[in-house]
Amino acid sequence: MGKVKVKKADVWIDMTPMSDVMVLLLTFFMLTSTFVKNEAVKVITPGSVSEVKVPETNVLTILCDKDGRIFVGMDNPKRMGELVQGMADQYGVQLTKGQMETARSAASIGVEMQDLASALNLEEKLNEYQATKGIPTDSVDGKMSQFQDWVKMARDNNGSEMKLAIKADAGTPYKTIKKMMSELQDMSENRYYLITALKSNSED
Amino acid sequence: MAKKKASRQKKMQTRVDFTPMVDMMMLLITFFMLCTSLAKPQTMNLTMPSNDENISDKDRNAAKASQTVTIYVCGNDKIYHVDGLPKYDDPTCLKETTWGQKGIRSVLFNHITEDGSQPVKDIMMAKDALDKKKLANPAAYPEAVYDAELTKIKKGELETGKVPTMTIIIKCTDEASYKNMVDALDEMTICSIGTYVIDKINEQDAKLLSSRGVK
Repeated sequence: MGKVKVKKADVWIDMTPMSDVMVLLLTFFMLTSTFVKNEAVKVITPGSVSEVKVPETNVLTILCDKDGRIFVGMDNPKRMGELVQGMADQYGVQLTKGQMETARSAASIGVEMQDLASALNLEEKLNEYQATKGIPTDSVDGKMSQFQDWVKMARDNNGSEMKLAIKADAGTPYKTIKKMMSELQDMSENRYYLITALKSNSED
Repeated sequence: MAKKKASRQKKMQTRVDFTPMVDMMMLLITFFMLCTSLAKPQTMNLTMPSNDENISDKDRNAAKASQTVTIYVCGNDKIYHVDGLPKYDDPTCLKETTWGQKGIRSVLFNHITEDGSQPVKDIMMAKDALDKKKLANPAAYPEAVYDAELTKIKKGELETGKVPTMTIIIKCTDEASYKNMVDALDEMTICSIGTYVIDKINEQDAKLLSSRGVK
């Protein structure tokens, strides 16, 4: 018999294919990702069979939590900045550069106008603070409520192309939704996108 | 000495260790996986009637009574329906049903109008036929064509002729949750009902519901 050659075992593992795959995955995630925005309150949306997607740009998102607290947010920081600046000017609130920076990066804002400056001073703690606040929807002496002012300001800034998306918690009582919608209807905002989660048709 | 050094250089490894790179990649991928929302949320288009009283009154009276179903969405996940317009002096016209396929969907599906037609059934069958045609030949039905066909079906213009359509009035009480409202709208989508309206509970409705002890 021929002599048996004992091969020296190579302990070096070639990582190249693995790193190839990794780069692919990484590229995929980087290209497809839209970052989860840190919203003021956690909202669990109800399921629906509807397959319409949320419009990508120029959307005013109205966030409504279980207890009926309302927050508003624009889809991009520039528009968000304009909205907050406009509201601050309207209510005579002076905002510093730092406060505006916080406002621009916020996913949603929901505080009373007189608290706006102090809330924006909190920077990262803003969401923690405003989670217990929300925009007031009651109007004083027949004037528009602060919520209506926010929506009107957004509409004036962004024109008739702007869409309204309502993101409310599944457990929100209809009473609060009705109040909010009737305020919107009063200012002839009749078309909304209701944000829902996907549910298959056969589930129930 | 010099000789030794040269021989060492010859033996130098040309392989690059990828392990740190892979480590870093793993970290980055984990980061992106955790911080992204891949699936965009679904939405539902909703057009509410204007608060202008005159307009909504005209719309309300437009539909024939037998082609109308009034749905009361109530608290504790309860749902009631009245076939036709509510008769406020007769509490028994209010019938309880359940959510989902066996409940409200079959009520709508089996609704018979005064001329003996079953509009929801006809329209849903037409939609199924359209879906099948689309499935068999997707190329012939791009989004725009499909939507146009669906809109036509929802208006009651079927291939076999025009059928009457249903008008659904949805009334939610204050105790109902947002989920209930979305579910009710969902049923409208599933049953391909083109005309529906979310209406406010008026005093007579409240009286009718409270006479049955419903919240």
